[in-house]
Amino acid sequence: MSAPNPFSTPNPVSRKHPAALAVAVKGRLAAHKWLLLRRATQLGVLGLFLSGPLLGLWVLKGTLASSTLFDTVPFTDPLVFVQSLVTGHALAASAWIGVGLLIVVYMVVGGRSFCSWICPVNLLTDGAHAARVGLDIKGSLPIPRAARWWLLGTVLGVSALTGVIAWETLNPVTLLHRELVFGIFLAGSVAWMLIIGVVLFDTFVTNRGWCGHLCPMGAAYGLIGAASLTRVSGRNRAACDQCQACYHVCPEPHVLTPVLKGAEGSTPLVLSGDCTNCGRCIDVCHRDVFAFTHRFNRSSVPHPHGSP
Amino acid sequence: MNEPNTKTSSRRAVLTGAAKACGAACVVALGLGALAGAQKETRAASALRPPGALPDETDFLAACTRCGLCVRDCPYDTLKLSGMGGPAQVGTPYFTARAIPCEMCEDIPCVVACPTGALDHALTDITKADMGVAVLIGRETCLNLLGLRCDVCYRVCPLIDEAITLISTPNTRTGAHAIFEPFIIADRCTGCGKCEKSCVLPGAAAIKVLPRALASAPSSDHYRLGWEEKRRAGESLIPDTMTLPTRDPTTGGLKGFKP
Repeated sequence: MSAPNPFSTPNPVSRKHPAALAVAVKGRLAAHKWLLLRRATQLGVLGLFLSGPLLGLWVLKGTLASSTLFDTVPFTDPLVFVQSLVTGHALAASAWIGVGLLIVVYMVVGGRSFCSWICPVNLLTDGAHAARVGLDIKGSLPIPRAARWWLLGTVLGVSALTGVIAWETLNPVTLLHRELVFGIFLAGSVAWMLIIGVVLFDTFVTNRGWCGHLCPMGAAYGLIGAASLTRVSGRNRAACDQCQACYHVCPEPHVLTPVLKGAEGSTPLVLSGDCTNCGRCIDVCHRDVFAFTHRFNRSSVPHPHGSP
Repeated sequence: MNEPNTKTSSRRAVLTGAAKACGAACVVALGLGALAGAQKETRAASALRPPGALPDETDFLAACTRCGLCVRDCPYDTLKLSGMGGPAQVGTPYFTARAIPCEMCEDIPCVVACPTGALDHALTDITKADMGVAVLIGRETCLNLLGLRCDVCYRVCPLIDEAITLISTPNTRTGAHAIFEPFIIADRCTGCGKCEKSCVLPGAAAIKVLPRALASAPSSDHYRLGWEEKRRAGESLIPDTMTLPTRDPTTGGLKGFKP
């Protein structure tokens, strides 16, 4: 479907400069639109959690495990909720409402949108990836694709057996968020060791190791994501010239393959629950192959020269 | 003949893969189980749980999502979240009575804030809270036990004369005064820690709040209290109590004995 386009000059797109062509064609801002929006959201959400304790303006209260919006709307993380459930604890009504609301929200915006738009660990692991690229580290300890599912099952199993919410003793996501929002790191907590461990692991051991292979919280959101509404579509894939920019930036590159290398007539939608809806593929594509749409929009932009 | 071979080898690959994954999952499970399970008991005695906290620590850790909403809604900054390596399990709420005690708010905002019921919403009367029990530990240093009238722990108690009283005994040192000993009625003490906070001693307090499991000795089932049994039965359970001879030498109880 995609026209082979041997570049007249060497392909300027590389692992270090994935947006080279997009910047040249669309301009620097358009080539970083979703990335900038995403960073603003990540920091903004952190800011809304911090405005209360720092300025007395309470918007979001609590942590990513459980929180309230304007002291009224409750949210509870699905994985924490299910862990508590499998210990045999019947949670209070607020947690039930909170988990229901969060599932509805992520059913709309995309399950793993949590990972790329909210989670503070993403800021660090994206940094680790940048460091890995900058230091030109190519070696990567392979971790099977199914590892996160095994870890998710293990976490639930251990919760059921020990009778306590097991993953919260170690979960780097809620740990980092709690340390930041409650200022616990100032009080002699040693949690930063674990956080730095995750960053070093991603930088030196496995490419996209934590978020892309292991995190059971991400896996849980991925389950929601398998059925969620908002999707990336390679609707203009006929224009793809195989510059590889999207593969360089995608944190879960295997989700792109069925779209770009799929059979004729296959859906142009990225339907894998692993996709984090980060939108970086939309940014770096200089031919505007990708766009956000909903899962029922299977339309494609027709091939410029008719069906090949 | 090729096809069955491929099938066998692919089946073998699947089985080996599954076995490896199971093995890895078991290793992770053991590690996480050790962490989560062992941490159940690693709370410092000085780290008290908020009011309404489920009394069994396992039950509490099954319900607490470590979100910190109770900490946020505490108007006196009493509650804190533990860090990694802190006095309580990482991320769980606690307070240190000597630093900031519980002020026993009537509307119990921390319990109301809890989304999961780790702080039991059935607790609506703060005087029924059970955060711990005060114990007079510094018996050599407590000013009241030295014969002075400090009384501060007694005066600050929100349940004065219910949870703490003063028992007067003769001061044998002076032979002329009384000693007013602070006495905690464990059943009524909520463990708020105001007594520990206000103890005038520098450094550690003479009266300390401890988790109830540490500070109490439950009565044993296999002892029967004769007087209780007698009251319940209406008469003594042992009808023929032996009458023993009097051994007082001055009344001639022992024949021929001259002191």
